[in-house]
Amino acid sequence: MLGEGILKGLAETARNFFGSFVSKERLTTVQFPEERLPQPEAARNFPFLVYDGDDSQAGLRCVACQICEKECPPKCIFIQKSSDKKPDYIGKQQFYPAVFNIDVSVCMSCQICVEVCPFDAIEMDNAFELSTTDRFRGLLWSREQLAKPNSYFHNIHPATAAEVDERLAEAKARAEAKAKPTVAASTTSQPDSQTTTS
Amino acid sequence: MTTAPVKEATHDERAAGCGQDELLEIALGPHHPSTHGVFRMDVVLDGERVVKLKPVFGYLHRNHEKIAESASYLASMPYTDRLDYICSLTNNWAYALAVEKLAGLQVPERAEYIRVITAELTRLVNHTATIGFLTQEMGASGTPLMYAFREREKILDLFESLTGSRMMCNYMRFGGCRVELPAGWLEQTKKVVEEFPRFLDEYEQLLTGNEIFMARAQGVGILKKDLAIDAGVTGPMLRASGVNYDIRKVDKYGIYDRFDFKIPLGEHGDVYDRYMVRMLEMRESLKILHQALRDLPQGPLMDPKAKIRGFRPKPGEAYGRIEAPKGELGFYLISDGSPNPYRYRVRPPSLINLTVLEDMCRGYSIADTIVIFGTVDIVLGEVDR
Repeated sequence: MLGEGILKGLAETARNFFGSFVSKERLTTVQFPEERLPQPEAARNFPFLVYDGDDSQAGLRCVACQICEKECPPKCIFIQKSSDKKPDYIGKQQFYPAVFNIDVSVCMSCQICVEVCPFDAIEMDNAFELSTTDRFRGLLWSREQLAKPNSYFHNIHPATAAEVDERLAEAKARAEAKAKPTVAASTTSQPDSQTTTS
Repeated sequence: MTTAPVKEATHDERAAGCGQDELLEIALGPHHPSTHGVFRMDVVLDGERVVKLKPVFGYLHRNHEKIAESASYLASMPYTDRLDYICSLTNNWAYALAVEKLAGLQVPERAEYIRVITAELTRLVNHTATIGFLTQEMGASGTPLMYAFREREKILDLFESLTGSRMMCNYMRFGGCRVELPAGWLEQTKKVVEEFPRFLDEYEQLLTGNEIFMARAQGVGILKKDLAIDAGVTGPMLRASGVNYDIRKVDKYGIYDRFDFKIPLGEHGDVYDRYMVRMLEMRESLKILHQALRDLPQGPLMDPKAKIRGFRPKPGEAYGRIEAPKGELGFYLISDGSPNPYRYRVRPPSLINLTVLEDMCRGYSIADTIVIFGTVDIVLGEVDR
């Protein structure tokens, strides 16, 4: 019969329409600003710099090795190495970034910086409501804006953060075990700077 | 001085003259809602019939291939997401496959299975979106498209919890995959795969027997078998014309030889066949998903030889190709031993399928052109690169 197919289709739309009143499953949208769906743990948006301890600048894990700057596909990271050194979490003297800028208007959230970082210093944030009225300065994030505590990292990516902490603690224990027999020698002979990578 | 008065043509006379021997050239696009992005069709019309059609593209050219030649191998991976942004995971796979051939990396079994699972989910995403947009272009404004997007959203949620991003997944790496499946992901995926046939049944009920849909789709935009082969058309478009060619069966890349699935073929090569082939392909994808989810082994995710920093394959060349949802997607790479490829070339299915557009559209009306164009299934990110 001509029109049978159309009627069948209309029955289907009617089922969907009336179904949305009774079945939660058919009501798929949420009213966004008031209602929010939880973000999955893996969600990523823009990178941030992790710091240990209380001082957001002295505690930065970043040693300004500039690998992320080199590997970043759209080249949105700008790093200037410091001229002096400060001790890192193991107590080894390391450079730190005098300037660390990320242009988030260029960043494409690919997280390659996170993957290549040998020091677990840069991680992905999942904050997404970041609108600003200043499209130049407001989107160029400096070291001060990028620094976030390790506790924040634990908050947004608990599993990854726990893994990273374990790895760092292991590297620290290894470094301490190595340093113990010859305490005096440890300041002169620098151990391999990439112990944390393996 | 007086001039003879010029006789103005009346409305009736003008209307009578129009369409007899007067051709009209119009630009359809680049900002047309049906053009799936920024694509222009330079159409020569006789009345409402298409006489000539010239595709004009390049509005979205981003220099992808040249950028890749000055970036490291890894740095091109997130850019491949942006080629065909509806199916980023299959793009990742094709590129990873080419680099793995170049560097001689072995992908662990578990990673192969995860690749198959994500690629088949991507196929579902692509075909639901394509068919949804197709109905939209036929004038069914909204409803079928929203049903399609409702299902697509469930799969995108899976992608987000696995890779961190709904569309720009950037998940595969040379020699494996980036991260392990999160807790509960497999159960969630199994649930989605279980429920998907219900949506397909619903959708077929809505469209397959619909008289308006059939009138618009059957016998429209016929692509002959010979022309399809000659023009290098691949994917569902080629199979709708009755050519049995699927790289999953031909190359058996990855572990596709382990799965039992069929290749749906069309007979007439018209819009309806291209719709039906995609519908049936989704059911076959679900079959593969059932098998892959059942057999997924434990084990490592990455080849231990793979390096994330300082990756330099030895000099040589490689071509890796896969059956992407839109057709044959290939990456051709030449290495000179440096950290970046010497030559990087993409063989995009969208662009090559688009070359037969004029042959399919000639003689049909503007409204049919839009529908025919919809079944070619292109993404401009891939056409223009």
